[in-house]
Amino acid sequence: MNITINLSMALVLAVLYSVGFYLLMQRSLMRILIGIVVLGHGANLLLQLAGGAPARAPVLDAVPPQEISDPLPQALALTAIVITFALTTYLLALGYRSWVLVGHDEVQDDVEDRRIAARRGPDGAMEEGTAEETEAAPEDTADSHELEEGRR
Amino acid sequence: MTLLQAFVTLPVLLPMLGAAASVIVSPRASLQRVIGVVTLALVCVVAGVLLVSADSYGPVVAQLGGWPAPMGIVLVADRMSALLLLISTLVTLAVLVYAIDQRISDYGRETASTTFHPIFLLLSTGVSLAYLTGDLFTLFVAFEIMLASSYVLITRRTSASRIRSGMTYVIVSLMSSLLFLTAVGMVYAATGSVNLADLAGRVGMLPEGLKTVLALLLVVVFGIKAAIVPLHFWLPDSYPNAPAPVTALFAGLLTKVGIYALLRTQTLVFPQDHPSTLLLVIAAVTMVVGALGAVAQDDLNRLLSFLLVSHIGFMLFGLAVYTPSGIAGTALYIVHHITVQATLFLVSGLITRRTGTVSIAQMGGLAQTAPHLAVLFAIPAITLAGLPPTSGFVAKLALLRAGAGATPAAEIVAAFVVLASLLTLYAVARVWVRVFWGTPKEPLVDNDPNDELVVGTARSARGMYVGASSLIVVSIVIALFAGPLSAIASRAGDDLQTREAYRSAVLGPDTAPGGPGPVPVAAVPQGPAAAGGGAAIGAMTADDAEGTTSR
Repeated sequence: MNITINLSMALVLAVLYSVGFYLLMQRSLMRILIGIVVLGHGANLLLQLAGGAPARAPVLDAVPPQEISDPLPQALALTAIVITFALTTYLLALGYRSWVLVGHDEVQDDVEDRRIAARRGPDGAMEEGTAEETEAAPEDTADSHELEEGRR
Repeated sequence: MTLLQAFVTLPVLLPMLGAAASVIVSPRASLQRVIGVVTLALVCVVAGVLLVSADSYGPVVAQLGGWPAPMGIVLVADRMSALLLLISTLVTLAVLVYAIDQRISDYGRETASTTFHPIFLLLSTGVSLAYLTGDLFTLFVAFEIMLASSYVLITRRTSASRIRSGMTYVIVSLMSSLLFLTAVGMVYAATGSVNLADLAGRVGMLPEGLKTVLALLLVVVFGIKAAIVPLHFWLPDSYPNAPAPVTALFAGLLTKVGIYALLRTQTLVFPQDHPSTLLLVIAAVTMVVGALGAVAQDDLNRLLSFLLVSHIGFMLFGLAVYTPSGIAGTALYIVHHITVQATLFLVSGLITRRTGTVSIAQMGGLAQTAPHLAVLFAIPAITLAGLPPTSGFVAKLALLRAGAGATPAAEIVAAFVVLASLLTLYAVARVWVRVFWGTPKEPLVDNDPNDELVVGTARSARGMYVGASSLIVVSIVIALFAGPLSAIASRAGDDLQTREAYRSAVLGPDTAPGGPGPVPVAAVPQGPAAAGGGAAIGAMTADDAEGTTSR
């Protein structure tokens, strides 16, 4: 294996991946969206680099075969770019829909997590909740969430 | 391209063209229904032909665009993929029948929205492509087709709760897709190929550490898609919020495609000749965590989702043993589980329409008020728990036998299989006691008629029963024909373990010496013999690989 990789490109990849994953861990869907875009760029750059060092355009009759760059990763990256683009658009639409319906675009906790959190009493002891209480729990937390929003 | 080779492309082409036709005729809902049902029925027939042909004459390979194998994209139907394709399409068809009738009874015959059918067919396209592709990048594309359709299906008719669960689902899936893309990039950088059959030879020459990194990265990627503990957290949160047919389809197919991809890549590209401790541990944890999660649930759909996670562990166990019989057990289990899990979600849809709630605590006495529902629930529930003489028993027996013959670690995990089966039985028995026994309760009125989730009337159309009960018939047929089916599954297991049939079918007989068609079980190389075979393949493709990577 004698693939040499440009150090600056490796650093760019590291930055793209870490920024992407950092943004993915945020609450707001917009930040997550940007995180996915950045991560997608990282993945596409990686695909490009997988083809080896840059060389001449892969046109069969115009360039001698020894000098052309590997066309396959370019084809793969093109496909991947189209897919990431389409899904980003979809996520954007989802964020807009969330804005219209819920009034914010924050990704919320699992229902189960909130139910367990609501069960926990003020002193941290677990209280046995009835079915009605646990049913009501998600709404409660949603309300308190909106209250928090208001305070900000 | 012969006629049979053209057939391999049909399971991908037919639903895709059907989806296009469905968009064109979209103002006419009845025409959309006809297109959907006819397309899927045709794919069923094609999948049946492919299975028979792959079983008798070896893998059917189509080289798209006429480009030969390592360069171009290939579609391969071997026993494993044809078997799973057939059962998946059958389930998809039954779910479509159910969905059509639910939509007719809920929205009226001509006012049903027009996005459902094209997206449903596109999802089927993605699933077929994922089963048939012989190329890692095309597998990524197949996953994207499948997941993009599932994003739309899970967030259709958006309500606040569906937005919440849809977001989790979309973000987690997108992240796993980007990891998949990263894995494809790394595999290409390391080997200079994305063709699975070609990779089988090339990955063997890589240093051990690099091989482990690539294998683990793919395990994580497919583990997220298949909802393997600890990567399962998104599933019980997102699936229950979708309408019953959509949940049934996702539960039946999407996670199984993840398991299939794991099975294919781990056996073909990263073969082992001894049980993988990592996968065994993950399988045991998945089984127990899923089953315990199910026991704690009150929401019927969430309970079923946790059971789904638990049973993914069963399939993983068969793979983790890394013997032909283990892989055969996994194949049988996938076939059984696709059918039964989809049935349970469909029946759960019927139950919630009857009771108006998904909360088990608020149901009761359905055995008196709706005895037909009790029958419809009891059969798949018993099948899922694996009581004899159901298909679940056949599949579990195959897994246990595979585990019993292997290492002590595998035997311990086999005990977990029994434990998880008991917990499953407990979970479904609890549903049975709470929902079907006791005093009948008044159905609750649906508080949000728009959410498509809980309709809360006894209004269930006949087609919904037809959809659900035809799947029950399929699972009974699986139990009845357990003998021939196990035979096919064990031949498929041999194929996957020996790899030669697949490799020589894709790359041509010259490239894979020592592979004279299917190898009998007794001749499966074990230990040093397998390592020797791997080295031979490595030496054979060494020049080839150097030629591509040293630019």
